[in-house]
Amino acid sequence: MKDGSNYAQPDDQGHFGIYGGRFVAETLTHALDNLAQLYAEAKSDPEFKRELQADLMHYVGRPTPLYYAERLTAELGGAKIYLKREDLNHTGAHKVCNTIGQALLAKRMGKPRVIAETGAGQHGVASATVAARLGLQCDVYMGAEDVERQSLNVYRMKLLGANVIPVESGSRTLKDAMNEAMRDWVSRIDDTHYIIGTVAGPHPYPMIVRDFAATIGQEARAQILEAEGRLPDTLVACVGGGSNALGLFYAFVDDVDVALVGVEAGGLGLASGAHAAPLNEGQVGVLHGNKTYLMSDADGQIQATHSISAGLDYPGVGPEHAYLKDIGRAVYDSATDEQAMQAFRLLNRCEGILPALESSHALAWAVANAGTMSSEQIVLINLSGRGDKDINTVAKIDGIELT
Amino acid sequence: MSRIQDTFARLEKAGGETALVTFVTAGDPGVAHTVPAMHAMVTGGADILELGIPFSDPEAEGPAIQLANERALANGMTLNKVLAMVEEFRTKDSVTPVILMGYLNSVLAMPNFAERAKTAGVDGLIMVNLPPEESVELTADLAARNMDLIFLVSPTTTPDRAEYILSRCSGFVYYVSLKGITGSGNIQADEVAERVAALKAVSPLPVCVGFGIKDARTAAAVGAHADGIVVGSALVKLMGEYAEDVEQCCVKLQAAVKDLKQAVVD
Repeated sequence: MKDGSNYAQPDDQGHFGIYGGRFVAETLTHALDNLAQLYAEAKSDPEFKRELQADLMHYVGRPTPLYYAERLTAELGGAKIYLKREDLNHTGAHKVCNTIGQALLAKRMGKPRVIAETGAGQHGVASATVAARLGLQCDVYMGAEDVERQSLNVYRMKLLGANVIPVESGSRTLKDAMNEAMRDWVSRIDDTHYIIGTVAGPHPYPMIVRDFAATIGQEARAQILEAEGRLPDTLVACVGGGSNALGLFYAFVDDVDVALVGVEAGGLGLASGAHAAPLNEGQVGVLHGNKTYLMSDADGQIQATHSISAGLDYPGVGPEHAYLKDIGRAVYDSATDEQAMQAFRLLNRCEGILPALESSHALAWAVANAGTMSSEQIVLINLSGRGDKDINTVAKIDGIELT
Repeated sequence: MSRIQDTFARLEKAGGETALVTFVTAGDPGVAHTVPAMHAMVTGGADILELGIPFSDPEAEGPAIQLANERALANGMTLNKVLAMVEEFRTKDSVTPVILMGYLNSVLAMPNFAERAKTAGVDGLIMVNLPPEESVELTADLAARNMDLIFLVSPTTTPDRAEYILSRCSGFVYYVSLKGITGSGNIQADEVAERVAALKAVSPLPVCVGFGIKDARTAAAVGAHADGIVVGSALVKLMGEYAEDVEQCCVKLQAAVKDLKQAVVD
């Protein structure tokens, strides 16, 4: 089946085909039921919708531009490249669309405290930001290794009044931060809302996060129709958990002539094993409340992942991506650390845009493929975040010590 | 009758004695500890043994059992090796029920898990992150081999849902005594008593209570209201102190279990 029309996922229990669902400790079930019900009510409440739209416009700065990257297009010598400028969101990435929405849900539930997990720190910053604005207490769990490599975002979160809790267990990265956030939530279920930052986790999270991120694709669809009078041939987005990709794809799922391409973190190369590409190289399993593709070994142990970008350094992926892969509606490629770095440098030099290392993976796909396409074709890339946070990582690669 | 049913029937006959269910993580602190520790706990008075399947991402565990998981994995533990331990235990003990407890991904990764677990001598399974809604297949696989899939009920479970969980559960039901992770918090015995009574009103299944039972005092307080109590983190912590000495570890463990059993019998 390559037909996306009449696409209606997930089912009532949060299943996307065989994926998704709700695999959690029993203590969380009631809170998840409540959240699902409250979200259903909020979704059909015009007042909630109005408040969300107003925040997205006046606080976040949406709609973000769809930018025709003329010099990049010329450089690659093929398809026309458009960039959806999610780097221009308040806080510097698409993540804030979701945190604004979930913080409004927390307010509606009367919960005074929010928690979040973060990898690159973008979701942590976005959560701390909306918590500050709504006067909510905010604790952010972050793998100790990520705390080291994303010190700028750690400091930003502290300035925003959030408490950053380094997680020392396991591989000390995003997956462990998520484990710890779930432990926190199970212990303080009464006064706390857990703002999951990607389209993963137990139902209803993958659906809620997708819906809030979907504004990306809704805008992009209208913008490309206005600019070109037609839909693009290909959409490209990086995939860690997959929120920016699904946010872009979702409005186009029924447009079956538009190719959807997700780009996973190829790390040191898929053959090396040091990557974070479960849709390319993973097995089906259960982690963090949902069934999906995972990087796991023959014993079901979750494997350490590697990516130059902390935001993609996650062994799982949102269950809806697993479903879109299986039905053939989306394809999932990968880009290595090195390819991402090349794309990162290229965009800086020929467009004056500093992309996040995550988004650079999507750019890398275009660098590899746009030249093989005709100049009549259109590739729309989600530039999901800006790269200021990655300056230290990049400088280190260049052998430069920043003080 | 399964070993689990036999055990509760025996305790009932003994005047309604409270079952002591003890948990240790397989392969922690050393691979050589586990089987002797299982026997030591039985000698100390444990009625049912729970063996933790080490997992890389134990979401619902407190620090003590998290560390135990990390140590066991560092020792090279796999589910295959856990089953081999049960098999070895069964050569000397064919009576005491053994329940495996862990996370779904471990079981999903093993082809023919139910059959292999049965062959090894496993009696039941507790999957922390598997609610009954998602367990149709596994329940059938286990039930066909007379093994129990034991579900958890928590303080946040609504009465309707508790009834549904009980209808899907076999062996016994595990009441999680607090909102939190393993080994945390302070248990409220009167609250637990109320919830246990409510569960017993709708199902004949025995109710065992766990999470937060740290010592003889809490064991006695909770044991008075339940068919069984589960002690894990306290024993895991104790074993961690004797990583280098299996014999001494077993002596201490047996004594600790004896104290707990004494507390619930009194």
